[in-house]
Amino acid sequence: MLTDLTIAQAAEGLRKKEFSAVELTKAHTEAVEALNGRVNAYITVTSDKALEAAKKADSTLVAGEAPPLTGIPLGIKDLFCTNGVRTTAASKIIGNFVPPYESTVTAKLLENGAIFLGKTNLDEFAMGSGNLTSAFGSVENPWHRKDDASVLVPGGSSGGSAAAVAARMAMGATGTDTGGSIRQPAAYCGIVGLKPTYGRCSRWGTIAFASSLDQAGPMTRSVEDAAIMLSAMAGADPKDSTCATVAVPDYRAACGRSLKGLRVGIPAEYRAPGMSEEILAVWQKGVDMLREAGCEIVDVSLPHTKYGLATYYIIAPAECSSNLARYDGVRFGERAEGATSLDDLYEKTRHNGFGEEVRRRILMGTYVLSAGYYDAYYLKAQKVRTLIQRDFTQAFEKVDVLLTPTAPTAAFARDEKPEDPVQMYLNDIFTVPASMAGQPAMSVPVALDGKGLPLGLQLIGKHFDEETIIAVGSALEKAAGFTARPDLRAGVSA
Amino acid sequence: MSYTIEGNTGAWEIVVGLEVHAQVISNSKLFSGASTLFGGEPNSHVSLIDAGFPGMLPVINHACVEQAVRTGLGLKARINLESRFDRKNYFYADLPTGYQISQFELPIIGTGVVQIELSDGSTRDIGITRLHLEQDAGKLMHDQDPKRSFVDLNRAGVALMEIVSEPDIRSPEEAGAYLRKLRQILRYLGTCDGNMEEGSMRADVNVSVRKSASEPFRTRCEIKNVNSIRFVMQAIEIEAARQIEIWENGGEVDQETRLFDPHKGETRSLRSKEDAHDYRYFPDPDLLPLVIEQSWVDQIKQTLPELPDEKRARFQQDYGITAYDAGVLVAEQATADFYESVAKGRDGKSAAAWVTGDFFAALNRTGKSIEESPVSAANLGAMLDLIADGTINGKIAKEVLEDMFETGETPLAIVDRKGLRQVTDTGAIEATADEIISKNADKVAQYKGGKDKLFGFFVGQVMKATGGKANPAIVNDILRKKLDG
Repeated sequence: MLTDLTIAQAAEGLRKKEFSAVELTKAHTEAVEALNGRVNAYITVTSDKALEAAKKADSTLVAGEAPPLTGIPLGIKDLFCTNGVRTTAASKIIGNFVPPYESTVTAKLLENGAIFLGKTNLDEFAMGSGNLTSAFGSVENPWHRKDDASVLVPGGSSGGSAAAVAARMAMGATGTDTGGSIRQPAAYCGIVGLKPTYGRCSRWGTIAFASSLDQAGPMTRSVEDAAIMLSAMAGADPKDSTCATVAVPDYRAACGRSLKGLRVGIPAEYRAPGMSEEILAVWQKGVDMLREAGCEIVDVSLPHTKYGLATYYIIAPAECSSNLARYDGVRFGERAEGATSLDDLYEKTRHNGFGEEVRRRILMGTYVLSAGYYDAYYLKAQKVRTLIQRDFTQAFEKVDVLLTPTAPTAAFARDEKPEDPVQMYLNDIFTVPASMAGQPAMSVPVALDGKGLPLGLQLIGKHFDEETIIAVGSALEKAAGFTARPDLRAGVSA
Repeated sequence: MSYTIEGNTGAWEIVVGLEVHAQVISNSKLFSGASTLFGGEPNSHVSLIDAGFPGMLPVINHACVEQAVRTGLGLKARINLESRFDRKNYFYADLPTGYQISQFELPIIGTGVVQIELSDGSTRDIGITRLHLEQDAGKLMHDQDPKRSFVDLNRAGVALMEIVSEPDIRSPEEAGAYLRKLRQILRYLGTCDGNMEEGSMRADVNVSVRKSASEPFRTRCEIKNVNSIRFVMQAIEIEAARQIEIWENGGEVDQETRLFDPHKGETRSLRSKEDAHDYRYFPDPDLLPLVIEQSWVDQIKQTLPELPDEKRARFQQDYGITAYDAGVLVAEQATADFYESVAKGRDGKSAAAWVTGDFFAALNRTGKSIEESPVSAANLGAMLDLIADGTINGKIAKEVLEDMFETGETPLAIVDRKGLRQVTDTGAIEATADEIISKNADKVAQYKGGKDKLFGFFVGQVMKATGGKANPAIVNDILRKKLDG
């Protein structure tokens, strides 16, 4: 089936004329049509545009010299502004926004020949770990527990992207990761999710959640595909001051590279209390596989890990409270009726336009930045952030890459959603520290748990050393031989 | 000379600090490539960044940073090689992003000083606390349509320099002198046009009063957005009087933001401290810290023009003119340049007298700026040369200057066309003198009888008879000989 191919395989097939870009795209638009009603992975479907682009891709392929992603159908997280296509951030407040510009990352993908199937669902403004906060409804994880019909969450915030890739409704998708929003849903959906170094991909044209943390990255069904997509997405951008002017290597070349003599760090602090035996077992399995591949396993310490989550939930809301101030009902969002003053207009519009989680974070952020609390919260958090960064710097003096679990559990069911938001935040406990330090990190699916749900392991690398995590990730992928597929997917009746 | 206000309980001193917002002269905005032209169609100079569209990111405009450094050097201030941009968060309909990018903790420019001159000829130093860069807001218009408000974002994102003074100002006069001096320096540097009518310079005025210099500052009030020097001076006087009255009546001045109403001659409360904005500053995560090189600062220093204080001192020294005249001449760089090309190689004092006297008067009369003057510095200089070499006298020169203003011709062309050459032929003057004396025998008798003042009458008659062209010195000589001899 065309929808089961990886990007690498499809690119080869297109060039060998085994099938056309139109055929490949059609297979995907049909899958989207068949499954989206249930999975809800896409907020906006652009099948007509995709098929039109596929025709062009076919003529490019005939002419030869086609860029690497020519004819490859992708899903785009609905946080990337796309020229002329509705971009919602899964929020009511900009639910009808059609940007007159293309984000740098999606523009680069288009230049590389990619075809966009539509805009994938997410937690509202990327705030959430279960894709339960979207104003356009939640996403269903294509995986299910053995003998259990419960609807599971795909993880968040890039849950739509993860589900689309897992269910073969896209060959790959873009995600954004602020505290784990690529890696955690990738782990929940049994796919590869790569968060590059902060500054590796431009943020221009991506709707901001927390500017000092947000980073775009690929979500795919293989490490090689992630490498191919990242090469297309990454690179300097004069329009983003925080985007690094570091040359982009050919990431694909790092796949299959020998791991002989590579030092893999196992951070003691990631052995969190109450962690399931299954997660610990998978972690151990990963250690064994890497040792076998020629790596040296080194115990390391990241002593400030325990403050990661608390610090994150000060800094990210602080930045979001500021970034979301522009949605005030004057230019964006449905303006509230019956406002009696300007402040009242802001209050009513923002109350109606933002969901509960977004409002919660705006309130937290406003609180931690306010006079009298700034020093106690924000400033302190910045200091702790520096210590977390130092932990990584020191660890990377001893090792080349770190191996940890991606998430403390497998995907949970919608109705098991913790009532306490802080419990919910714990899903990000292993992904947040790397985000705070700007390190690149990747989740690779390694095994199924006893209930048949995918579990992922996380590789954390040095700044701008995505190549090493890709090399290690592809070895892990090969050793794990993860071939399981979700029961909800293209070609299988929903 | 110290300025005090007499209250019922004695003399009060006023304490004033000024925050001046000066619009940076630059082609594009502080964080976007949009144009900064004044007076364009509404929203014709707006980028997606200025309009706060989702996903847009600011990028620092190097030219604006250079202007800030230039201004810092002109204010003899410390240049901070590392500074930072912060977000100032507050809901305000004029702010498209819901926050303003400004500098809070680490401004680009630190402490400096401005020397002011007062009417009694004394000078004082007013300290500069800091100068920081920030974006301007947009503009809302509420009175154009019964149901709608209009938004103009042309100014949104334009670079402003906020120049904060120490509370060193002690009188309305000093405040006026400070603002004039600051504007003069900015114009010399070419970093702000200082045009208060167009809003490119506006001031927030912090006023408090105290009983004596040894007493600590009392509660201050801030008067926002005053847009003329005269209004700043009035606002200080009125606000100080209001505060003194409150203190003397046993009350307490509340710290608050007020506005000045020049029509009613009062300041009014805008918002009190209680509902003052909590700006929730934090470092802007979209921008890296601003790091500049000392070598670049040194390079900018090399390009600074001679500033008004130095120019004034040099004019006094080089041209032997008074401090007052020098001050008038350096007020604008164009005037100073004009004067200097007139004075170079000539008598500086007489050049100063002509430039500040008849020349300025003619400009005023014709409503022209010095740049539009029909009389070039070279022609005015040529006219001074004609006086010096005796071709014309001072009185004729006034006529020539007037003609120059009308025709733009060279003074020599005018003198020749109108036949204004000074008569130095003693024979001709003697003949005219004889004629006048014989016609006025009665006046001659009176003069000889001791009425000395009549000498002027004879001079006047001779000058009149020669059409003003006679050399006055020769006329004097000849008349003395004939009348006294």
